[in-house]
Amino acid sequence: MTASTALRTRKAGDLPAPGIQIPAVAAIRKPRSVLVWFSYFWIVLIVALAVLAPVLPIAGYDAVAGPPRQPPQFGPIDLLLGTDRVGRSLLSRVIYGAQVSLVVGTAAALGGVVLGLVLGLIAGYFRKGADTVIVFVADVILSFPALVLLLAISAIFAPSLWTILVGLAITSTPSFIRLSRANTMAWAGRDFVKAARNMGASDTRVLLREILPNVVPAIAAYLPLVIAALIVAEGSLSFLGLGIPPPTPSWGGMIAAGAADLRTAPYMVFVPAAVLFLTVFALNQAGEHLRLRFDRTLQD
Amino acid sequence: MCASNTGQAAVLRSALRKIGYAALVVLVVTFGVSLMLSLAPGSVAETILGENATPENVALLNKELGYDRPFIVQYLDWLSHAVRGDLGVSPITHLPVTEAILQRLPVTLELAVLALVLSLVIAVPLAIVSAARAGSALDRGISAATSVFLSVPAFVAGPVLIYFFAVQLRVFPALGWVPIEDGLGANLAAAFLPALAAALVEIAAFHRVLRADLIGTLREDFVAAARAKGLSPSYVMFRHAFRPSSFSLLTISALSLARLIGGTIIVETLFVLPGIGQLIANAVLQRDVVTVQGVVAFIAVTFVVVNMIVDVSYGLIDPRLRRAPAARKIARGRSRTVKPVQKKELTA
Repeated sequence: MTASTALRTRKAGDLPAPGIQIPAVAAIRKPRSVLVWFSYFWIVLIVALAVLAPVLPIAGYDAVAGPPRQPPQFGPIDLLLGTDRVGRSLLSRVIYGAQVSLVVGTAAALGGVVLGLVLGLIAGYFRKGADTVIVFVADVILSFPALVLLLAISAIFAPSLWTILVGLAITSTPSFIRLSRANTMAWAGRDFVKAARNMGASDTRVLLREILPNVVPAIAAYLPLVIAALIVAEGSLSFLGLGIPPPTPSWGGMIAAGAADLRTAPYMVFVPAAVLFLTVFALNQAGEHLRLRFDRTLQD
Repeated sequence: MCASNTGQAAVLRSALRKIGYAALVVLVVTFGVSLMLSLAPGSVAETILGENATPENVALLNKELGYDRPFIVQYLDWLSHAVRGDLGVSPITHLPVTEAILQRLPVTLELAVLALVLSLVIAVPLAIVSAARAGSALDRGISAATSVFLSVPAFVAGPVLIYFFAVQLRVFPALGWVPIEDGLGANLAAAFLPALAAALVEIAAFHRVLRADLIGTLREDFVAAARAKGLSPSYVMFRHAFRPSSFSLLTISALSLARLIGGTIIVETLFVLPGIGQLIANAVLQRDVVTVQGVVAFIAVTFVVVNMIVDVSYGLIDPRLRRAPAARKIARGRSRTVKPVQKKELTA
């Protein structure tokens, strides 16, 4: 964070009396760490691979690309990360699995953001009854461990892309409700909001034009963290055999399938495990980095 | 306790309010679960009778089991039995759900407690070292290492741990459960890898919270006074700084214990352990609605009760927090002293 933003985010009451020089504040941010750079690089790489999967020179995720149970090796690109028990290319399956994980994680998180933002804005701005009810709903959803809630949902509906998306969106909503509520409350007391209201702006206008634009960056900064958590949740479901149904590959499903051959072919677990770990790690690092820059409730 | 009468009354009042709130949450949770499961395709009778049952037989059995009544009546019936400890009988295994849960509870409980202990044993020393040398290369290295652990979910950690410790080194069994009656050593050996797999994710949070609180405490005047008296840094750390810094850690430990009780599903499935997680995973796969309903209700109630105990005990443990709003603030890990540190910690 630069000196100018540090000053901008001060509370009004902290401003020094006129005549006193504002001390020159040195930049408190260190140069971005290697890990954060690596994380952004990895996210770009995995997204690019997932998007470009159909045009990449790799075998289809369901096609036999070589002999079964080949360890990672140089040579044909499809054997680069080895093959699974029926000879499908692990490279191809990991890349197509990225499509599933990223699409599911991102779409569910965006669904959670929209729901959570609307409810959080209402709760944080109007307070009173609406606040009590919305916070209560969030508490109810939070009183299940996320995986148990997802399991209960899978017990009712056959696993499919849509049930998983809806389930994950529901589990991510309460955190977004809390976040946007806290941020809304932080902004609602500010002078410019009072000014807008005194000038006769309606509640809708104040919420949409004054508060929402300030809350969105803080919420968006949490997106990578939530996407990471949702990718883990989707992986857990797929691992239990309740995720996206086969033959569509998913990282969790690949790990579960490989675990059976752990003794003889450990790379069948290690390849998807490493990719999932790197993706979740990168999203967590990027999320921490963004959160620090944009979440107002952490700054004052 | 030297709090005034009004202080104690306030604590009691806020405790009662929290208990009432928790009861309401439990009620809504169980109602929601029942409602959701009543929407499930296929009735309990169909599950019992199999695919070849005639519609007449299904309707007859549903009537016999009371599933033809309006939903709200069914729910109230279930609730009135549930509060007496009867969660119904599984249509698949024909065992009472309560019995199945109680039978499996010790396994899950042991796993959860062991995972909590393991993560604390790893996280607390790391946090103390980090806080003592805040901002140093060592501190940054430890923080990076814990954020690595944060990104290793149990279904990734599990197979990797099995491969290295059970397949390569052969120091722990790969699968299966040894009851505690068959020897404590064998029991712990069987529980160690699954507990570790579940523990890794928790380490980062514990390290982060304790480190931030310790750094905050170490900036307080009484620590400066202790140092000025010439006390050694380690004495100050353990005798003066550690205890007042451990409250947030206590909270999130209790919360993660509650989460672990519901969250050992993955490791129980992977390591084939007869716990509650395996029970619910199997019930979901077999579409055993009665068991799912019972287990979900049980887990949700555990979660809410632990949450509430933590919330209420705050005012009792720490006399500084007798005033409810302040207690709530601390409970969320955002005490005044912590704030500036969090900012710095996150840049590190």
